[in-house]
Amino acid sequence: MPVTSFLTDSTLCIGCKACEVACKEWNQVGEDGLDWSGYSYDNTGALGHSTWRHVKFVENAPEPGFGGNAPELNSWAFSSDVCKHCESAGCLEACPTGAIVRTEFGGVFVQPDICNGCGYCVVACPFGVVEKNLDDGRAFKCTFCYDRQKAGLVPACAKACPTESIKFGEIETLRTEARARIEELHQRGMDDANLYDPMQTSVGGTHAFFIVRGDARAYNLPPKPEVPTIYLKKAWISSAVGAALLLGGTLAAFLADRPGRHR
Amino acid sequence: MNASRVQLPDLEREQRLLEIRREAEQRGAVTAKGIRSTGAPFPMASPETGYYGIPLLKRPSWTWEIPLYFFVGGAAGASAVVGAIANYTGADRRLVRDARWIAAAGSVISPALLISDLGRPSRFLNMLRVFKAQSPMSVGVWTLLGFSGGSVAAAFAGSLRERYGESLPIRILENAGEAASLLFGLPFSNYTGVLIGATAIPAWNENAGELPMHFGMSGLAASVGLLELMGHRRSRALQMLGLGAAVFECWEGWHLESHKISALEPLKHGSSGRLTRVGGVLSGPLPVALRVASLMSGKNSTKMRKWAAISAVAGSLLTRIAWIHAGHVSAGDWREPLQVSE
Repeated sequence: MPVTSFLTDSTLCIGCKACEVACKEWNQVGEDGLDWSGYSYDNTGALGHSTWRHVKFVENAPEPGFGGNAPELNSWAFSSDVCKHCESAGCLEACPTGAIVRTEFGGVFVQPDICNGCGYCVVACPFGVVEKNLDDGRAFKCTFCYDRQKAGLVPACAKACPTESIKFGEIETLRTEARARIEELHQRGMDDANLYDPMQTSVGGTHAFFIVRGDARAYNLPPKPEVPTIYLKKAWISSAVGAALLLGGTLAAFLADRPGRHR
Repeated sequence: MNASRVQLPDLEREQRLLEIRREAEQRGAVTAKGIRSTGAPFPMASPETGYYGIPLLKRPSWTWEIPLYFFVGGAAGASAVVGAIANYTGADRRLVRDARWIAAAGSVISPALLISDLGRPSRFLNMLRVFKAQSPMSVGVWTLLGFSGGSVAAAFAGSLRERYGESLPIRILENAGEAASLLFGLPFSNYTGVLIGATAIPAWNENAGELPMHFGMSGLAASVGLLELMGHRRSRALQMLGLGAAVFECWEGWHLESHKISALEPLKHGSSGRLTRVGGVLSGPLPVALRVASLMSGKNSTKMRKWAAISAVAGSLLTRIAWIHAGHVSAGDWREPLQVSE
């Protein structure tokens, strides 16, 4: 089985939200209301239990000469966000039931027939992706279209994307493609185009990387996401010291107060 | 705008209206900012402001059961240790029995709280299909299982012995149960600190190295307080343990207050900050003062010990609620994970 990945290229995204719709339709994710946010054309807000693809709308100050923008118009960038399917995934490590597994395609998959809704994956995700559906009781996130991949099909969002902003394929091929694309963008004057793929942190790379222009923080992409298992050693040492203090202190207190020691 | 005030024609303002019209005709858009509405400036998406200030991390979906579970579990785990050590050192029989009963009651209440917090309570047993050392939730569930079995067995066998007298099977059950509840009670009293320490939430993981000790000592303080409220206000050992735990909580409070980093802001400001500080004072300085005063007053003033006990138990409960609340506030702050300083 090939190890696969998404490459989401925000320089090609036109903000049509076809990926959001295709994802919801294929995966039969429930409708979750329509609230006008006032945040550009984004009325979705963030990924969650009922949103597995989310198009972000970033309006920037006018930048004369860049990307063909007229000087008096704002530049307007879009980027379709998705579960990062981390190489070292916080949700997968934290799951106490083994409901969250790594698939043969390299994705991170929540088995809905196992999940008991403990909610520990929610606080373990450094990207704030997985969320508990309080009506249903279980946690949900992007499945990487595990069902479609099993059948040899590309994920629904990638298939529906009209501009190939969402590319899907073998991970190393896509990484090479991403580097070539950034090279091309730089040559065309978009010096601020860069690849968001946190390889240098404890997350150890993802199965969904993004080409964005400028600082990725404008898209709520954290500069240094960490898998929470890195805190385990410190915490368990503290737990052991705490247990030793408890045992030693109790022993000392009761030995000093043994009947017959005072009078 | 006051509608009753009639505006008189003004050449300059009429000129401006024509200017706007001309720009709209020629360019298809007007570049002027217009009037800023109430609540301006509008939220922006930028490296400095994040994505419209929408939280990057998800808030915990845990309900009220979880902070209560942290409190009950901490007190029960410490009580098992106190009960077993009191038994091994030949302390007052009533103290041993009461400590065991707190542990046993806690070991029944704890799983009930845990299960009722689950989104699918009927699937609780799915927790037992795997053991994952890297998941504090998994380690905790198995610890709870061992602790519950041991504590209930020890309390049950103890009451059988009191009613029907000594016999070998009862003694085996009692001793094995007690050993198990001591063994599992040690990690059970503080693993909840690991549970929230090893998460993506900044206010929690920043304290991953102190939270387990903090929660363990808070559990000990609650256990001692409960035993004192059950009437054991003459035990010098409990007085010393209560004092020790309260002194540790003073140190913990000082440590948090003196650590000036932005991730700890939720522990100092707003409602979560107030809750943390009230919980801290009730857990640390107040019981220390009351216990020292009770020691100084010579005749082991039991009234002051009663108030110290009440303060410590309330402080322990408030501390757990405050930490969960601070986690919610911390998860809602997009600045930390985006590494944006104020």
